[in-house]
Amino acid sequence: MTLLSVRNLTVTLMTGSGPADAVRNLSFDIERGQILGIAGESGSGKTMTALSIMGLLPYKGKASGSINFDGEELVGFKPKDFRRVRGKDVAMIFQDPMTSLHPMLTIETQLTEHLRHHRKVSKGEARVRALELLDTVKIPDPETALKAHPSQFSGGMRQRIAIAMALACQPKLLIADEPTTALDVTVQAGILKLLDELRKSQNLSVIVITHDLGVLSALTDRLMIMYAGAEVESGPTSQVLTRPRHPYTQGLIDALPDSGANGKRLIAIEGMPPELGKFPTGCAFHTRCSFARSECKSGTPNKVDIDGIRRIFCTVDPFDTPAGVNR
Amino acid sequence: MKPIVEVNNLSVEYTRGDQKVRAVAGVDLHVGAGEILGLVGESGCGKSTLGKAIVGILQGAEGEVNFDGQKVSKIGRGQRVAHFRNLQMIFQDPYGSLNPRRKIGDQIADGPRIDGVSKSEALEKAASLLERVGLPRNAVERYPHQFSGGQRQRIAIARALAISPKVIIADEPISALDTSSQAAVANLLVNLVEEFQMGLIFISHDLSIVRRISDRVAVMYLGKIVETGKTEEIWNSPSHPYTKALMSAIPHADGKAFIPLDLPGDVPNPAYPPSGCRFHPRCPLAQAECGSREPMHVSLSDGRKVSCILQEAGNAPKALTF
Repeated sequence: MTLLSVRNLTVTLMTGSGPADAVRNLSFDIERGQILGIAGESGSGKTMTALSIMGLLPYKGKASGSINFDGEELVGFKPKDFRRVRGKDVAMIFQDPMTSLHPMLTIETQLTEHLRHHRKVSKGEARVRALELLDTVKIPDPETALKAHPSQFSGGMRQRIAIAMALACQPKLLIADEPTTALDVTVQAGILKLLDELRKSQNLSVIVITHDLGVLSALTDRLMIMYAGAEVESGPTSQVLTRPRHPYTQGLIDALPDSGANGKRLIAIEGMPPELGKFPTGCAFHTRCSFARSECKSGTPNKVDIDGIRRIFCTVDPFDTPAGVNR
Repeated sequence: MKPIVEVNNLSVEYTRGDQKVRAVAGVDLHVGAGEILGLVGESGCGKSTLGKAIVGILQGAEGEVNFDGQKVSKIGRGQRVAHFRNLQMIFQDPYGSLNPRRKIGDQIADGPRIDGVSKSEALEKAASLLERVGLPRNAVERYPHQFSGGQRQRIAIARALAISPKVIIADEPISALDTSSQAAVANLLVNLVEEFQMGLIFISHDLSIVRRISDRVAVMYLGKIVETGKTEEIWNSPSHPYTKALMSAIPHADGKAFIPLDLPGDVPNPAYPPSGCRFHPRCPLAQAECGSREPMHVSLSDGRKVSCILQEAGNAPKALTF
């Protein structure tokens, strides 16, 4: 069953040199219990996509198109409407749990605040639920943890607390924006395990946003690769990672330290991702793409459907060869 | 190969209140010309402290660092002895390590200017260095905020190169960068090491990149080097459980939906290091003995050195499974 259905989402931000589209004509779905990964470099629009679902776009930021969440249209929602949904049905965790938790408030205050607001439960009931939550995210000694402040925990533990907060009202959708980027690999592995368990035990839908393809490979069912605010490729994670069809996806995979045999040299994508407001015309990737032709410089890239479950936006589609499919 | 930087039994202490915290506790290291040494470990294990002590930003409490035949002393307020200018450091955050109010060219020219080079010559050198690291020559006239993170890290590298260093300590130089810049900056460092036959100590928590570019690896845990040896040997058969835990925690982008192994617990507070082997409280293979005595530092038959009770018999490394 589809929980979230995004159609032709465009997010316009106000920059120093006028309005600019940070997200361009994006469409995707998330089923219940599914984990969708959104990958892309900084400035690719992945975070703005998440913030438009949360109703947290920056000042003068505007979303257009359609975001249908569990039967409700979120585009055009007033701040008051967002306050009803946010933290209750949709929750979000951020990269840095030190800044997303309040340093001066106890864990108990932070864990129970929105529970009492949304669910109208008593202080005592909220406390019982908070203990339960800390246990779910495997914080040792939840009783003591409730009285503590964020600074008394390590980065990994703080991220677990942030996840507990997000889960407090049993949201239908959890958005995790770079949830493990600030953590050590050993701690990251623990958070990945936890998110995987939660998805299974609570039938939670999750959007994981990160540039780390390894994390996405471990966790996600489907993957969407973004570049300059637009989707370039999407499909089942295993297929996208093992048989990428878009040159940008291929470039990201080639740039990984594990891939390719080029001695000590990694295979870098030439150039840099474009800045907001300076996205190239046509296929935005054409300036860095080794397969680009003159027709890539204008118009919109061709949408190619593959077996009804994958798609790429590429006019050239260079890997559409019998050999290319299984390179 | 004769090492250029040699670290002997180095310890570094911080004072916290009236307490002494030993962040680096008896480390031996060396790096030679044209060699890349990867230094890995979780945050809080003392990698950055060690890096700073090697270049002399921090003073060692015990032991010594030798650079090209002379003992490194702490950088003071005065001018540094010219000899040690050839020992340079690059930091993780290219936003914090460049002065936002000075032109790029002037910042790069500082090194040669102190060496007595004229201003115009130094700026000319800055421009050609910027070109060498893949930036336009006219960047000398611009300010740090006009560049992206990857470009700023290139600027920081150009600045380190300005006085033709023999050794560079790079502390997490690519961690803050985007995927495509990561690969490009890593390649740049590899090329520079080969071109100028520099030594490079590459400090990183990312084992997969260290594996790719390093000739040798040193694995650090709570102030001590627990395993060191040739990269491929360590990668193929880690002989210390901590090394193996670090490697097993890396998620791979192979589309197999495999959740990597986590290593429960955190790096302990260095003010109160665990007794015996410092890793024993988190070690999946710990034995009763591990808590009571420190493991010996043994050499294995392939030239690797490791501190683990399981490997004390020496000879060929014992395979670890967990």
